[in-house]
Amino acid sequence: MNLFGFTFNRKPKSSAQAKERLQILLAHERGSGPSADFLPLLQRDIVEAIKRYVQVSDDAVGIRMDSIGDVSSLEINIELPVDQKTEAKPVEKKAGEKKAAAKG
Amino acid sequence: MSKVIVVTSGKGGVGKTTSSAAISAGLASRGHRTVVIDFDVGLRNLDMIMGCERRVVFDFINVIQGDAKLNQALIRDRRLDNLYVLPTSQTRDKDALTQEGVEKVLNELREEFDYIICDSPAGIERGAQLAMYYADEAVVVTNPEVSSVRDSDRMLGLLSSKTARAERGEEDQIKSHLLLTRFDPKRSGDGEMMSVEDVLEILAIPLLGVIPESPAVLRASNVGVPVILNEKSRAATAYEEAVARLDGEDLPMKIEGEKVPGLMSRLFGRSA
Repeated sequence: MNLFGFTFNRKPKSSAQAKERLQILLAHERGSGPSADFLPLLQRDIVEAIKRYVQVSDDAVGIRMDSIGDVSSLEINIELPVDQKTEAKPVEKKAGEKKAAAKG
Repeated sequence: MSKVIVVTSGKGGVGKTTSSAAISAGLASRGHRTVVIDFDVGLRNLDMIMGCERRVVFDFINVIQGDAKLNQALIRDRRLDNLYVLPTSQTRDKDALTQEGVEKVLNELREEFDYIICDSPAGIERGAQLAMYYADEAVVVTNPEVSSVRDSDRMLGLLSSKTARAERGEEDQIKSHLLLTRFDPKRSGDGEMMSVEDVLEILAIPLLGVIPESPAVLRASNVGVPVILNEKSRAATAYEEAVARLDGEDLPMKIEGEKVPGLMSRLFGRSA
């Protein structure tokens, strides 16, 4: 077996990479399953809620869900613009990024 | 007992329609009354692959909406008299498919046919969901390529959760088979393409067949003849064997070009 081993090691095999990438990706995708299906809807609702007070673009909200062990965390990133148009609105303005993390 | 078999893949262009045509023609050649249904509403193509595009008058959607009788929409194949095609609509969109309508047509077909082959559209939307919903078995068409394998994995997830059999619960679930198409034994041997075993290890479903990449497939579609019924070719033989397995025959799997699959798999399979 080793006799063959070195011949194969010399030649980089893209098919082995394909397999490895798929195995890693699918392990992740199979795990997340349908429970994460609501994330796009949640993202849409959050964007809508924010838009009532501040002008933000649809892609200014990033949502990520992670599970480590038995703890899942939901991370919401909202980029608020430094924008004069929002001054009249009853909302506290913050430049840059605001990060909120809810553990559950 | 009639069987409803969905031919699905998630990804487009991997060979669902080619395979649907070949499988249905193969089953009919073996003496079974077979019908093949195009579920790709708005992008009708099965009719061209089967070579009956100029004979379409009524379609699946007309039948679902009560504008035509099933017998009026079924097109009898000119080569095999127990093979029928149910074309879809080229002008309507996928919302014209309703679950009740699909169920009604399938129930009617079950009384007449041994095999009902559902050619699924690509994607995971309504057409694809309805094509698989009432299936008893699934043929998952996959190319040895990362995006196709990933999409097939997704389809397997849907087959085991979003179908009538899955919703009914514990009783026998949909039987899924892998049909690996466009396989190039040489490139696989050179480590440029995933091997049959690689794909099997990832998707973990029984292998129905391996269809080699072959110029005969394009030639068959050019002339509107299912691969199995056109010239003799490696692809045709591979499809015939896959159909025999689908029909319950226990044929040994010989992967064309891989002369020593046992040794190859031992060397390649373990190294990754």
